[in-house]
Amino acid sequence: MNESNRLLLSGDEAIALAARHAGVALGAGYPGTPSTEILEHFSELGGQAQWSPNEKVALEVAIGAAFGGARALCTMKHVGLNVASDPLFTVAYTGVSGALVIVSADDPGMASSQNEQDNRRYAVAAGVPMLEPADSQEAYDFLWAAIEMSERWKIPVLYRATTRVCHSYTVVRPRENNGAPKAASFERDIRGRVMIPAYARPAHRRLRQKLVELQEWGETCRLNHIVEGAQALGIITSGISFMHVREAAPEARVLKLGFTHPLPMKKIAQFVKGVGRCVVIEEGDPYLVEAIRAAGIPVEGKPDMYRFGELDVPRVRRILNNDVSPEPAKPPGKPPQLCDACQYRIVFEALRKKDCIVAGDIGCYTLGVLQPFEAIDSCVCMGASLGVGLGLRHVLPPDQARRVVSVIGDSTFVHSGISGLVEMVYNPPPTGHVLIILDNSTTAMTGHQEHPGTGRTLDHEPTNKLVIEDLARALGIRRVHVIEPHHGTDEFDRLLADCLESNELAVIIARRPCILIAKQLKQYEAQRCECDAAPAPA
Amino acid sequence: MSKVTNIVVAGIGGQGVLKGTDILADVALRAGYDVKKSEIKGMSQRGGSVTGDVRFGHTVFSPMVPGGEADFLLVLEPTQVEPHRHMLRPNGVLITPDAVRADQLPNKKTLNVALLGALSAHLPMAEEQWLASLRAGFAETFFEGNRTAFLIGRSSQKSDSRRPTAAAPAS
Repeated sequence: MNESNRLLLSGDEAIALAARHAGVALGAGYPGTPSTEILEHFSELGGQAQWSPNEKVALEVAIGAAFGGARALCTMKHVGLNVASDPLFTVAYTGVSGALVIVSADDPGMASSQNEQDNRRYAVAAGVPMLEPADSQEAYDFLWAAIEMSERWKIPVLYRATTRVCHSYTVVRPRENNGAPKAASFERDIRGRVMIPAYARPAHRRLRQKLVELQEWGETCRLNHIVEGAQALGIITSGISFMHVREAAPEARVLKLGFTHPLPMKKIAQFVKGVGRCVVIEEGDPYLVEAIRAAGIPVEGKPDMYRFGELDVPRVRRILNNDVSPEPAKPPGKPPQLCDACQYRIVFEALRKKDCIVAGDIGCYTLGVLQPFEAIDSCVCMGASLGVGLGLRHVLPPDQARRVVSVIGDSTFVHSGISGLVEMVYNPPPTGHVLIILDNSTTAMTGHQEHPGTGRTLDHEPTNKLVIEDLARALGIRRVHVIEPHHGTDEFDRLLADCLESNELAVIIARRPCILIAKQLKQYEAQRCECDAAPAPA
Repeated sequence: MSKVTNIVVAGIGGQGVLKGTDILADVALRAGYDVKKSEIKGMSQRGGSVTGDVRFGHTVFSPMVPGGEADFLLVLEPTQVEPHRHMLRPNGVLITPDAVRADQLPNKKTLNVALLGALSAHLPMAEEQWLASLRAGFAETFFEGNRTAFLIGRSSQKSDSRRPTAAAPAS
């Protein structure tokens, strides 16, 4: 690009570039802000990348690749790791033969998320090493480091980034020479990978031993380093907070932690002894400060008010000044809204008119909660619309229960709504239930990614297609309706009324492609007709 | 620490705010500066506010422009001036669509580039560097229109005598 090989990359792009340079054989994930661009960019660079139905499956696919001796990358947003936590906790025991790097892109401040959980807690809970990059150069370098650590200790590595690291563009100088990874090949290791209790007990001990070694290595490794400064003020920090700290307190001595689980407690203790005042500056949960204090090392933390939202330079200045006065409120920007021609508008108008109790889900359509609709009554997590709606139906008096509707998008339905639909068939409420699947043929909220229901892969090539209505019918639901909502007709309203009054189980698929990508979808369809080369389902 | 130049670009989804910050960051990179660019785009496609921060200088740490420290605030949509005015430092420069006459632009879509032109008159990068970034940042067919818009914006600031000096490029 530029003579001196300086690239301006987002953190996500830097992760993708490092993965490509390191010969990562497979990247799997589920779209989620701010992680989505990693696999998209990895695919553009020629890497093999795929969207899985959800993060749990993505991680399992990546585990398989790493069991096969390959270098594997799995990406997701922070809440995705909740879904993938089941395999995470046990792959920590089994370890891997190749490399396994799990990227958790956290969203402090909730730019586009339903919570601001701090996934550094997962590293402790699952017992896996964790790296936290602070800018795109580190995003690049740490992906390499994560692969090297994973291969050396045969352990999955949690790579925890945040919105500002993922979506900020900073200068990257890539590595000159890239070593080739070893070829994938299966080596049987039954005791190592089959976690029946008899084999899992020694596996747990092996994991703890690895963590002891990793902690010792972390005491001297280059991922944790000291920026020299005056002794009066010492700051311990990690991730993006490091950048704010350097700007807010350029005179301070700083211990910058890149490898944050297990923590290098000897290095930390020595650092604290060498400075006057020592403050821990971290975004989100008081993870570092609690661990350091638990080790008997006296440090200052941040006042609780700074646990909420992102940190920035002014907030770091306030923390250092012990300033707990109310912060100036930011003037509100223009909130997002459903597009003018969005099909969901018709659905939410109908739900509003019938005074439905709406168990909602995660996606664009969550905007149905805002004016003028205010037609969503709950939004908890991916797929929750089914279970929450059914629970309401089970306990509410019949006149209320009959008004309960679950509303979910197509990508979210495939992600984790299918098991909710099985629940609906298995434990039907006495009043029946109505599920509306808003099928706009894409994962719109995160920037229009493909999913199994679109019949196209991550790079928009044709593949086998999951047909949602066929699935619903196969589960035994008799009332399955596919409808294209239109203005100027009360067709949708009448269908909804019929279903609500039936006391049966009903699935309404409101299908119309997202207007933002209607043109692109036509192109994909045209290509599909031309080649029609998708392999037939078995 | 040498001076970092702070620029905030604001507008709403679809106006090319992020494209504008891409070009701006690219020019600064080509000129040899350390550059950081930060954006919040989570729900921008749904018509919400979009903001991009660009900072350049010898060494840039935080990617976010601290409130009240922006040297320049570039706003593409008049309704977004007030929500972002607090970002501007005292005596900082506000550039709004009023800087150019909309009827002179090749088309409405080039407003972002025209305002970059207005901004460029205050910054140390050479006109050729800006044009090189505009050429690289868009499909070739858009270059002439963008060049026209850029130059309209750039000449709009000629009467403005105050040109703050930005930091020297990194060695």
